[in-house]
Amino acid sequence: MLYVVMAYLWASILLYVLMGGADFGAGILEFLSTRKSKDQTRQVMYRAIGPIWEANHMWLIIAIVILFVGFPVIYSTVSISLHIPLVIMLLGIVARGTAFSFRNYDAVQDRMQVVYSKTFMYSSVITPLFLGIIAGSAVSGRIDPQATHFTDAYIFSWLGLFPVTVGIFTVTICGFLAAIFIIGETKTAAERQRFIRKARHMSLAAIVAAGLVLIAAYRDDVPLAGWLFGNPVSITCVMLAALSLFWMWASLFRQSTRWLRIIAGAQITLLLVAITYEHYPVLINLKNTEGLSLLVHKGSDKTIHALAVALLAGSVFILPALFYLLYSFNKQEAT
Amino acid sequence: MDDFIAARSQMALSLGFHIIFSCIGMIMPFFMAVSHYKWLKTGSIVYRNVTRAWSRGVAIFFATGAVSGTVLSFELGLLWPEFMKHAGPIFGMPFSLEGTAFFIEAIALGFYLYGWNKFNKWFHWFTGVIVGVSGLASGILVVAANAWMNSPAGFDYINGQYLNIDPIAAMFNDAWFSQALHMILAALTATGFAVAGVHALMILKRKNVLFHTKAFRIAAVFACAGAILQPLSGDISAKDVAKRQPVKLAAMEAHFKTEEKAALILGGIPDEQNDTVRYALKIPGALSFLAHGDFKTPVTGLEAFPKDVRPPVAITHYAFQVMVGLGMMMLLIAVFYFFTLWRKKRWLEKRWLLKLFAAAIPVGFIAVEAGWTVTEVGRQPWIIYGIMRTRDAVTPMPGIVYSFSIFTAVYVSLSIVVMALLYRQVKMVGKLYDVTS
Repeated sequence: MLYVVMAYLWASILLYVLMGGADFGAGILEFLSTRKSKDQTRQVMYRAIGPIWEANHMWLIIAIVILFVGFPVIYSTVSISLHIPLVIMLLGIVARGTAFSFRNYDAVQDRMQVVYSKTFMYSSVITPLFLGIIAGSAVSGRIDPQATHFTDAYIFSWLGLFPVTVGIFTVTICGFLAAIFIIGETKTAAERQRFIRKARHMSLAAIVAAGLVLIAAYRDDVPLAGWLFGNPVSITCVMLAALSLFWMWASLFRQSTRWLRIIAGAQITLLLVAITYEHYPVLINLKNTEGLSLLVHKGSDKTIHALAVALLAGSVFILPALFYLLYSFNKQEAT
Repeated sequence: MDDFIAARSQMALSLGFHIIFSCIGMIMPFFMAVSHYKWLKTGSIVYRNVTRAWSRGVAIFFATGAVSGTVLSFELGLLWPEFMKHAGPIFGMPFSLEGTAFFIEAIALGFYLYGWNKFNKWFHWFTGVIVGVSGLASGILVVAANAWMNSPAGFDYINGQYLNIDPIAAMFNDAWFSQALHMILAALTATGFAVAGVHALMILKRKNVLFHTKAFRIAAVFACAGAILQPLSGDISAKDVAKRQPVKLAAMEAHFKTEEKAALILGGIPDEQNDTVRYALKIPGALSFLAHGDFKTPVTGLEAFPKDVRPPVAITHYAFQVMVGLGMMMLLIAVFYFFTLWRKKRWLEKRWLLKLFAAAIPVGFIAVEAGWTVTEVGRQPWIIYGIMRTRDAVTPMPGIVYSFSIFTAVYVSLSIVVMALLYRQVKMVGKLYDVTS
């Protein structure tokens, strides 16, 4: 049952990156749009993410619940050492969620709309930036539970070149996912062209950011290259992701929407496989001591069992409902 | 402010904020579904308008409740990592189920809010009902987790170790039922009075009277039904607390001396140094009756407990009295309203009746906050009653006072914006919906 729980943890992280990521990305694209096209971007985006945007963020809740029920030591270690970036991320989530819904449901259209939009755009950038920083800190072995000095324990646990570049990379990934997703929701050829361009720009930005991550890893002594190229599975995943990107560029204008989405989703999945494969079963790398392994720092057997049953039973309700939601609103867009 | 107090304040603030949004998010969908049902059955456009207006309210409250709930799921660890390290695997079961319920609610809400004129009308209505049902389930599950902190179960605590963990037994702890029942009825009553009051206010202003009257009638019935049932649930809770957490009950009642025919103490100033209450009104025997069902049985007083395991008496006592007092007020209004419906239908048109409801807008929520204070402050100094002290659970990170200030600023501004949004929604009813009257 432990493996069921771990699979769910991995899957909910992946789905949060994909669906939550596309959701954040919509705000990032709005942020990056020229003033003239902001309204257009906003309308297409709202049409695309409106019905599912609440559900997109539930994956984070699932992941965090799995962590604190199943792997409490990992949860509490992260909560202590990464307190500050977690709080910033939470403030971003609050600002973003409320601004999105207030913007839509304010009965009077006045200057408050500008406030909502600004809040939404900035928090759409800040939240994934800090999610990336948290992920980067977790894998890079900066966290030092034995640290006694404030800055070592709570600041340099996350503030560093590597985590920050991972954060930037995350932001570009989100923008890329959003652009690909929204291409399928556009109504006119001009809109479609615009989002295809955005998708291409964002994928270029992601490649540049990935380069920065590699440089930062080298400078911060994070053995990233070893993780990515040190075993056959990871190296295959990275190669496939890179090749599919070239293929995607070459055929961006010709591909059907569905294919673009599948390719983009596959690329992110491959990257996550590549990075987690070598780490498994360690979730958090620590400074000067052994990392926190999912196999070691788990809750009691009964808890893991109950959690696995709850997750499996929950899926029976959630997945069909979610698919039907996506399916029916997609179908209606098409007609 | 020291870090421990800051952490407790931040937790109290976050919960106090979240509880309002989750109560409304949990109950409003049912009002909405009733109105929706009436529209589908009668074809009256007014009900359709009421339904749409309420669904916007649900959307605003759900979004705010969802993000503030996300914050809480992290804050448990950010503020109380030592607690979560041990308690997570024990009391986590309701949270993992709640994840599902919450997810379903979000999906159903997507269908409902964006599904107007897109689906079979009964399917659309049904998704609205699912929003309510899953919201209710979430509420019950979260309260069950809180109940575990009051009534720890499902493990053996041996030499500082948490052994033989049974998450199912932990979920069905002794307090889950009485607490969940009390919370659900409180949410129903508070939301009902707030909604009914707002519509009463608009009728008084003679704005879109037909629309607001239909809305008022639905909300008022729910509110009053809740207000009448709540004292019964309160009685179950009181007897339960008397048995499981006698020190909490003693603090609620500011009851210092263990005695037979224990008196019920109203008001007064608890003096924790000298173990007495000054200037209080005392009803002999009443506390014995409320706690144990007869006038003679002794009720354990605070003196039976060492000072370092007593909760702050004054806060618990006042919060409890505020809750009960306001509950009684709502009960009176409810009885009166049902009498009106039964015998004096013409009073429904009277302005004083509407004024009564308008005045009661905040009453339910003040009672909810007071009740929450009773259960949380009354559990101190424990985070897990009798097992782990709150002070031992707090994060080692210094400077929590800064994050407390930031969260205060954010939640205060959010509250202001939400109020403004609601004000605008209500003000614009005439423009947003094709209201005929």
